[in-house]
Amino acid sequence: MTTRIDRRFETVQAEGRPAFVTYIMGGDPDYETSLRIMKALPGAGSDVIELGMPFSDPMADGPTIQAAGLRALKAGQTLRKTLEMVRAFREEDNETPIVMMGYYNPIYVYGVERFLDDAVNAGIDGLIVVDLPPEMDAELCLPAIQHGINFIRLATPTTDDRRLPAVLKNTSGFVYYVSMNGITGTAIADTSAVNEAVARIKGHTDLPVCVGFGVKTPEQARAIGASADGVVVGTAIVAAIANAAGDPVEAATALVRELADATRNARLAQAAL
Amino acid sequence: MNEQAKPNSFRTGPDETGMFGIFGGRFVAETLMPLILDLEKEWEAAKTDPAFKAEIESLNTYYTGRPSPLYYAERLTEHLRDIAKKQGKTGGAKVYFKRDELNHTGSHKINNCLGQILLAKRMGKTRIIAETGAGQHGVATATVCARFGLPCVIYMGATDVERQAPNVFRMKLLGAEVKPVTAGHGTLKDAMNEALRDWVTNVEDTYYLIGTAAGPHPYPEIVRELQSVIGRETREQMMAAEGRLPDMLIAAVGGGSNAIGLFHPFLDDTDVRIVGVEAGGRGLNGEEHCASITAGSPGVLHGNRTFLLQNPDGQILEGHSISAGLDYPGIGPEHSWLSDIGRVEYVPIMDREALDAFQLLTRVEGIIPALEPSHALAEVIKRAPDMAQDQIIVMNLCGRGDKDVFTAAKHLGVEL
Repeated sequence: MTTRIDRRFETVQAEGRPAFVTYIMGGDPDYETSLRIMKALPGAGSDVIELGMPFSDPMADGPTIQAAGLRALKAGQTLRKTLEMVRAFREEDNETPIVMMGYYNPIYVYGVERFLDDAVNAGIDGLIVVDLPPEMDAELCLPAIQHGINFIRLATPTTDDRRLPAVLKNTSGFVYYVSMNGITGTAIADTSAVNEAVARIKGHTDLPVCVGFGVKTPEQARAIGASADGVVVGTAIVAAIANAAGDPVEAATALVRELADATRNARLAQAAL
Repeated sequence: MNEQAKPNSFRTGPDETGMFGIFGGRFVAETLMPLILDLEKEWEAAKTDPAFKAEIESLNTYYTGRPSPLYYAERLTEHLRDIAKKQGKTGGAKVYFKRDELNHTGSHKINNCLGQILLAKRMGKTRIIAETGAGQHGVATATVCARFGLPCVIYMGATDVERQAPNVFRMKLLGAEVKPVTAGHGTLKDAMNEALRDWVTNVEDTYYLIGTAAGPHPYPEIVRELQSVIGRETREQMMAAEGRLPDMLIAAVGGGSNAIGLFHPFLDDTDVRIVGVEAGGRGLNGEEHCASITAGSPGVLHGNRTFLLQNPDGQILEGHSISAGLDYPGIGPEHSWLSDIGRVEYVPIMDREALDAFQLLTRVEGIIPALEPSHALAEVIKRAPDMAQDQIIVMNLCGRGDKDVFTAAKHLGVEL
């Protein structure tokens, strides 16, 4: 079964460019603004949207995304409302893939079966759940696959060749390579090491490999996009929303446009060298 | 909860995936998973290695001062019998204390820290991190890091740094770096989040020395095994003193390490009733308590599934207790299972009751207990008068109250 994610990567690969993946926190700074930002992302150049599900205790996130989650919760965001955001987005856009990203507890408390039914109905294509490694696949990964939802796994610098097959086994849609050991938003130290890691992972799978955690500037997006199938930017966009002097929708889309252009041109820039 | 079949033994958990029934597990980021599998391998090797066992036993004896005494609290027993008599009853069980407050560093926390730092050394780790609430685990960690010459970073909620200033100074004296955590509400849960963020960033050289019987597998098992020295000694000492096992065990439960340490060696002695005491705070109506089992529901946090204080959207609540050591919205997964299966009974004790018990013990026995075991003591005071005089209760007196003198003074309206 192909999903919107599969179709989008096919299109992007046919165009000979990496995908640009954007992360925003659902409900940050409030439901209405967040929905407006989400709706504006595809037009600004986002190929895939990761929509954060706020959680009170985001153990893998840096201060920027922690603060965004708390803002969203304070403004009344719940998992039900995040699902509702997707439904509202889908009224206008039935093509852009949406991946919900977050932590397991809100889903567990919502009820796994009920959540997956509602996610399918809302038009969600994939899930990234940070605290569910392959050892816990029976919890959500396998049920999600049965519902036709891609379960996208994180691979990290500590995921060695021995472990990679286990990590890739039930992964579909794409593989999310975490550029360094650490939390979201830390600066990438070494893009060439990232490119080597991407090549290593691609030796184990035909799935697209996207790289995230620490991509902030057009230069980094270009460098990463030269080898990766997709570039993920989260913290920089979340920070632009938080620090917007005027309309946060404009602040977000201006940055997304700039980063999307850099990502799209990554291979051209490389070819010109 | 679903009715579960009673197992043949209550002492075989966790299973190979780290589960106690539906509780426990390994809910961690991929970055940490390879390290956690390494830790499990090292632990499996260490726990059957006679050299590892011998080193722990030697440190327990000569560094910590084990075995801790099993003390018959004669005056408290008499006091509770008097109360029974005034109520027209003939009861008043004999009360014994397992005196882990006499350990080096003043609590049971050292039992766990010594074992884990030996594990860290076996794994070749060169840097230790830990979280702390009241500071007891932080002090014990800083102590073993000084003893073994390893650098140490302690994460502590900014609120706790403020209200536990003497322990902060103690940790610094011992050479630890204390990092105040301002994220969230600045208490133990936030300190644990921040320690996990440090670990994920420095996973190559850093060992995370978790202070309670919680977190991802194999931590709950490691901490339980290292703390079970409490229960093993108690069995032997009780046989020597009374020639039989006690009728009841009582211990305070925050994360639950002192409690599981006392309980575990007795779990298959089904004639021994076992009671865990949670912090009832200002009462169970509302959110100002830490009674995860009595008033919470199952969820996933900090690497394990267990009972948590949370809202209907699965967001974790802060909780409250007079005792910083019980001020955590979760509980070790084995306790959740023991409750679910009906082997251990969990009850709440309010701030006020704990404070009364704290004062009573000080005057009747000349022992200033920590506020954590004062919760257990309050439950002893409730139960002993209704038990026969030939029955025996053992309570884990897991920490001394020096650290709580300022808190107690504040609550009693005394200015120091």
